[in-house]
Amino acid sequence: MKKLYLLDDAIISPLGFSTEENIKAIREGRSGLKRQQKPEITENSFYAGIIDESPLNDDFKAIGNPKKYTKLEKMMLLAVQQVLNKNPNLNLAETALVVTTTKGNINLLKDPGNFPEIRIKLSELGKVIADFFGFAQTPIIVSNACISGGLGLAVARRLGSIGKIKNAFVVGGDLVSDFVVSGFNSFQALSQEACKPFSNDRNGISLGEAAAAMLVSIDKPESSGNIALIGDATVNDANHISGPSRTGEGLYQSIQKALKETSISAAEIDFLSAHGTATIYNDEMESIAFHRSALQDTPLHSLKGYYGHTLGASALIESIITKHSMLKNYLYSSKNFGELGVSKSLNIIQQNEEKEINYGLKTASGFGGCNLALVLKKE
Amino acid sequence: MQKDFSIKDWVKIKDGKISNSKNEIFNSSEKNLDVFLKSVYDFLELKYPKFHKMDGLSKLGILGTEILFRENSFSTDTALIFSNNSSSLETDRQFQESTKTFASPALFVYTLPNIILGEISIKFKLQSENAFFIAESFNAELLKNYSESLLTSGKTSEVLCGWLNLENGEYDVFLCLISSEINIPFSEESLKNLYFAEND
Amino acid sequence: MINLQTELKESIIEQLNLEDMEPADIGNDEPLFGDGLGLDSIDALELIVLLEKDYGIKLTDPAQSREIFVSINKMAEFIEANRTK
Repeated sequence: MKKLYLLDDAIISPLGFSTEENIKAIREGRSGLKRQQKPEITENSFYAGIIDESPLNDDFKAIGNPKKYTKLEKMMLLAVQQVLNKNPNLNLAETALVVTTTKGNINLLKDPGNFPEIRIKLSELGKVIADFFGFAQTPIIVSNACISGGLGLAVARRLGSIGKIKNAFVVGGDLVSDFVVSGFNSFQALSQEACKPFSNDRNGISLGEAAAAMLVSIDKPESSGNIALIGDATVNDANHISGPSRTGEGLYQSIQKALKETSISAAEIDFLSAHGTATIYNDEMESIAFHRSALQDTPLHSLKGYYGHTLGASALIESIITKHSMLKNYLYSSKNFGELGVSKSLNIIQQNEEKEINYGLKTASGFGGCNLALVLKKE
Repeated sequence: MQKDFSIKDWVKIKDGKISNSKNEIFNSSEKNLDVFLKSVYDFLELKYPKFHKMDGLSKLGILGTEILFRENSFSTDTALIFSNNSSSLETDRQFQESTKTFASPALFVYTLPNIILGEISIKFKLQSENAFFIAESFNAELLKNYSESLLTSGKTSEVLCGWLNLENGEYDVFLCLISSEINIPFSEESLKNLYFAEND
Repeated sequence: MINLQTELKESIIEQLNLEDMEPADIGNDEPLFGDGLGLDSIDALELIVLLEKDYGIKLTDPAQSREIFVSINKMAEFIEANRTK
């Protein structure tokens, strides 16, 4: 398999409307999570990271009419626009568009507003983005639960490796909607306070919304200091459709397969960006899989304490932050971590620190028993 | 790297009819989806209590896969590459309705299209590659390219790929088992021909 | 109490889609999870909804539900003591 180079990127989240603002917030330890009072979503207050729509509209006005697009579309369009601004000569007729999301415009199910019913379809979301910028190829839409955003990168690499794609935009986004809030509530999975990944007092997830975009290419950029995706794998647990595997089997196998493709060993991984949703069973499962993979000493963090769980966007955002972490040789702390609350020892990053990072590993897991591992290399 | 792959077998479920590469397997005029699905379950003499807990999309996927895997050997690393247009919208609507009174966790868990990949993995013990794509209509090109990439790179030795759509009670299922065994050549053209062929 | 147990079995069979099962197939002391009826974590969450919908009992602590959903008898006892409708 060829390498996939991770080029320019953008993140639109409660932490800021650019990658730079997001990284600054993470560096300063700021979180986008707060107690929300949103009767249109749910009657009781809840912890989540939600984007304020009025500054979003203000920014969006520079590129389009905010009334003609849904909130999620505006977030995703803004992210793509930022990356395009840095690449004005990109030929969009030859650039693939990979859109990743779990629920897209699902908020329209309760209240479609002025939007036609078909706008709820994920294929329409792809079309809106493609038409807005003039992408000529049919958008590739990935909806594979909470690994979607990272899987989008693997999809680009896999299609690129057989010559079907040269450059691609991978775009991810999901909302905090009444739909997902009531769903995770019915699962008794929502934390009463900001989520605490891997901590012994963790008590469930916090939801978050965000969008991100990344330009990727099979061609190696001329400049040095690049991050490339060099190994990827997804493996299903074949165990339960919502409960994480007790043995971490699918995640363990994903890591093994992704590493095998790169011919590097677990010991060479300098940093691990975990999924870390802060549910009791997910974090426990990850600790088992990491331990089985001999990654117990590798510095790791979960970004859920900053963003909450941004579902289909999470693994893309976390890959972007990993990329910058590697380029800056800098480890960001795992927010809201107190004391280790999983059965296997892990090296949770408790303070920001400088560290040479040549190889990074990004993992994610999701409903349906899916797991993903991506190995990134600095060249 | 150019290695040829074949469509070992396929299955179609549409308008009450089920067929595979050899013949028509089942034909029913039943319009009610749940009743139809239960009649196929009984016809196949499936003994799988979990089936009754699944949503329509998952039931369709399990039935289609069961038919393919009964007649064909398959490897435990068989990748699952599915696509559709409606995602899990059928169950999304039911879940949204339930939130007006008591949000149902058993419905919520099926509000992702890739849940069927988990159900198939569990039933047939496949710890393998998964991807679920959404497209406006049957996208033979993407299914072929993505499958080919996994097969030629050695990420998998066989692929179960296809279309699994359910919207407003109307279903359209077309699944193919792809391997290196010789049969129908695996190409965008042959996928299209099979998918668009009349059910007769 | 007998009536409540039968009623519970009927609603569990319906709510959890236990096709091909009759109330008589479920023993009052038979374990609901694990080796018994073989219910799983999603079923447990649906039972929590059932308690709230049919008996007005709100369970918020997942640990508590594990103590209650042991058997039909245990559930019936708990419902008798806590029901608000």
